[in-house]
Amino acid sequence: MSEAALSGAADRSVAATETILHGYLVSASIFLTLAAVPFMGFLGPEGFILPLVTRMMILALAAIALDLILGHGGLVSFGHAAFVGLGAYAAAIMVTEGVTEVWAILAVVLLVTAMFALVTGYVCLRTSGVYFIMITLAFGQMVFFAASSLSAYGGDDGLTLWDNASLFGTGWLADDRGLFYVTLAVLVACFLLVQSIVASRFGRVLRAARENERRTASLGVDVFRVRLAAYLISGMLAGVAGILLTCQAEFVSPAAMAWQRSGELIFMVVLGGMATRNGALIGAIAFVALEHILSDLTHDWKLIFGPLLIVIVVYSRGGLAALLRRITGGAVRV
Amino acid sequence: MSATLVLVQILNGLQLGILLFLIAAGLTLVFGVMGFINLAHGVQYMVGAYFAVAFYGLTGNFLAAMLLALASALALGLALEFLVFRHLYDRDHLDQVLATFGVILFLNQATTVIWGPAPLIIPQPEFLSGSIPLVGGLLYPVYRLTIIAAGLAVAALLWFIVTRTRLGMLVRAGASNPDMVSALGVDVRRLFMIVFGFGAMLAGFAGVLAAPIFSVEPGMGDNMLIVAFVVIIVGGIGSIRGSFIAALLIGLVDTLGRSMMTDILKLFMEPSAANQIGPAIASMLIYVLMAAILFFRPTGLFSVGRAA
Repeated sequence: MSEAALSGAADRSVAATETILHGYLVSASIFLTLAAVPFMGFLGPEGFILPLVTRMMILALAAIALDLILGHGGLVSFGHAAFVGLGAYAAAIMVTEGVTEVWAILAVVLLVTAMFALVTGYVCLRTSGVYFIMITLAFGQMVFFAASSLSAYGGDDGLTLWDNASLFGTGWLADDRGLFYVTLAVLVACFLLVQSIVASRFGRVLRAARENERRTASLGVDVFRVRLAAYLISGMLAGVAGILLTCQAEFVSPAAMAWQRSGELIFMVVLGGMATRNGALIGAIAFVALEHILSDLTHDWKLIFGPLLIVIVVYSRGGLAALLRRITGGAVRV
Repeated sequence: MSATLVLVQILNGLQLGILLFLIAAGLTLVFGVMGFINLAHGVQYMVGAYFAVAFYGLTGNFLAAMLLALASALALGLALEFLVFRHLYDRDHLDQVLATFGVILFLNQATTVIWGPAPLIIPQPEFLSGSIPLVGGLLYPVYRLTIIAAGLAVAALLWFIVTRTRLGMLVRAGASNPDMVSALGVDVRRLFMIVFGFGAMLAGFAGVLAAPIFSVEPGMGDNMLIVAFVVIIVGGIGSIRGSFIAALLIGLVDTLGRSMMTDILKLFMEPSAANQIGPAIASMLIYVLMAAILFFRPTGLFSVGRAA
C-alpha cells in the first residue's frame, strides 16, 4: 500500500469519527424534538397531532427495522408489512381474548415473528436478486390472505378492539400521551439497538456480503446464516412496531399488511437514505408528513404522490440524507 | 363432491391459469430481455378491462371494443415505456420496483377518478352467451370455454413466434445474453420496445377477456400481478414455456384448493374447525407450492440463463 493511500485511510477514519458525532447529534435532536411535540400547542389540537406523530414514530421503527436488511444487507424485502401485520394481529387477538398485559403480548409477538422469519427466511435467502423481491412479496401476500380469511377475528373487515393493551396493569397505552412516550421510548431503544448491531462485527460482515457475497464467503463467513440472523432481527423489530400500531389504532385489518404497505416502507427507507444513521427515521417522518399534507390537499392525493415517487426515485441518489449533506456543504452528516 | 363438479372446477382452474399466463408472459419476457422488473404490469390488465368497458359503452359491440381496447392498451404501454420505464433500465431492481410502484398508485387512483370506485360490469358477448352440456348433464358457459381456447391460441402463437421466427430468436438470445446480442449489432432498445408493447397488449387482452366474468374495479390488477409473479418464479424467469406450465399449475391448484380444501379437512377434523381453517389454507396454497418448488429449484422449473 502506498503512503498516499495510507494517509488517505487515516483521513477517512478521522472523517468517520466526525460522521458518528454528527450522526448522533442529528438523531438526538430528532428525538428531543419528538419528545417536545406534546408541548407544542401551535402544531394543532393534541387529540389530532399526538396520534399522527405516534404513527410517524411507529412507522419509523418499522423502517429502521427494514433498513437493517434493505440498506445494510442489500436484500430488498418486499414483504415487511407482513411482520408489522403479524405483530398487530397477534396483539389484537390477545387483547380480544382478554390477555392485555403488553409484556405477554411482546413475548408472543417476538416468538411468532421469529418463527415466521425463520421459515420464510430459510426459503427466501436461498435465492437472490429479483427472486428474493418476488418471494418476500408472495409470502407477504400469503399472510395477508390468511388474515383476510380469519373470519373469527373480523376477516376482510378487520377487528375492532373494545379494550387496549396495558403496561404493568396501567392504562398508559390507552392514553394518547402515555402511548406517545412509550412509543418514543421503544423507538429510541430499537434505534440504539440497530445502531449497535450495525456497528458491530456482525453489521460489517452483513455489509461486506452486500458488497461482495463470494469474497465474504471465501473469508470463511457463512453468509446465509448472517443474513438469516439479520432478517430475523429485522422481522422481530417490525413485529414490535405492529404491537404499537394496534395500541394506537385500536383496530387491525388485513390492509395493514397489504403489499402496498411493504412498498411504502421501502419508499420511506429510500427516501431517507439507505444504510445511513438517521435515513430511515427521517424518511418515515417525511413520508407520513407528505402523505398527510397531500391528503389534506385533495382526496385523490395518490395522483400527486405516485408521480412524485417516480421523480424522487429517478432523480435523487441517496435520499434526504444525501440531500442534507449536499445543501449544508457536508456540515450535516446524517 | 361429484366427478362433474371436479370437472367444472378443473375448467375454472384452467381458465384462471390462462389469464395468468397472458399476464405472466409479458412480465417474464420483459424481465428476461431487459432485466426490468415491472410492477405496473398488473395495471395493464386492469386498464385493458376498463378500456373494454369504455369502448363497449361507445360501440355496443364486444369485438370492436376488444380491438379498440387492445390498441389503447398497447398505446398506454408504449407511453409508459417512453415516459418512465426507459429511464430505469440501467438502475438496480430496487429503483425499478419503487418507480413502477409509483405508476401503480397513479393509475389505480386515476381509474378511480375517471370511472369511480364502484365495480363495473359488461355483458358477455351475445354470440358466446349460453352454455353447453358437459358429461353428466352439467352446463358450462361457452364464454368461459372461449377464454380457454383464446388463451391456448395465444400460447400457440407465442410458441411459434418465439421458437420459429427471427424476432423470437432475438428475444431468446436477448434473454440469455443481452450484451452479446447488442454487441452483434441488434438494437436491443428497439427489441425491448417491441417485447414491452406486446407484453402490455397481452396483459390488456387478459383484462378484456376477464371483464365480462369478473367485476371491473380499481386495483383488480394488483392481486393478479402478485399471482403472476408467483407464476414466473415457479416457471423460471424468462421462460415462456415455464410460465405456461406454471400458470396452469397455479390456476388449477388455487381453484381446486379453494373449492375442495374445506371438504378435505372435514375428513380429519371437526366441520366447524374445517370451515374456519379451510379457506385460510386454501388461500395460502399457491405460496406454499411456490416455497416448496423454490426449496428444491431456487431458480424455478425452467430457468434460462439470467437469474439475478
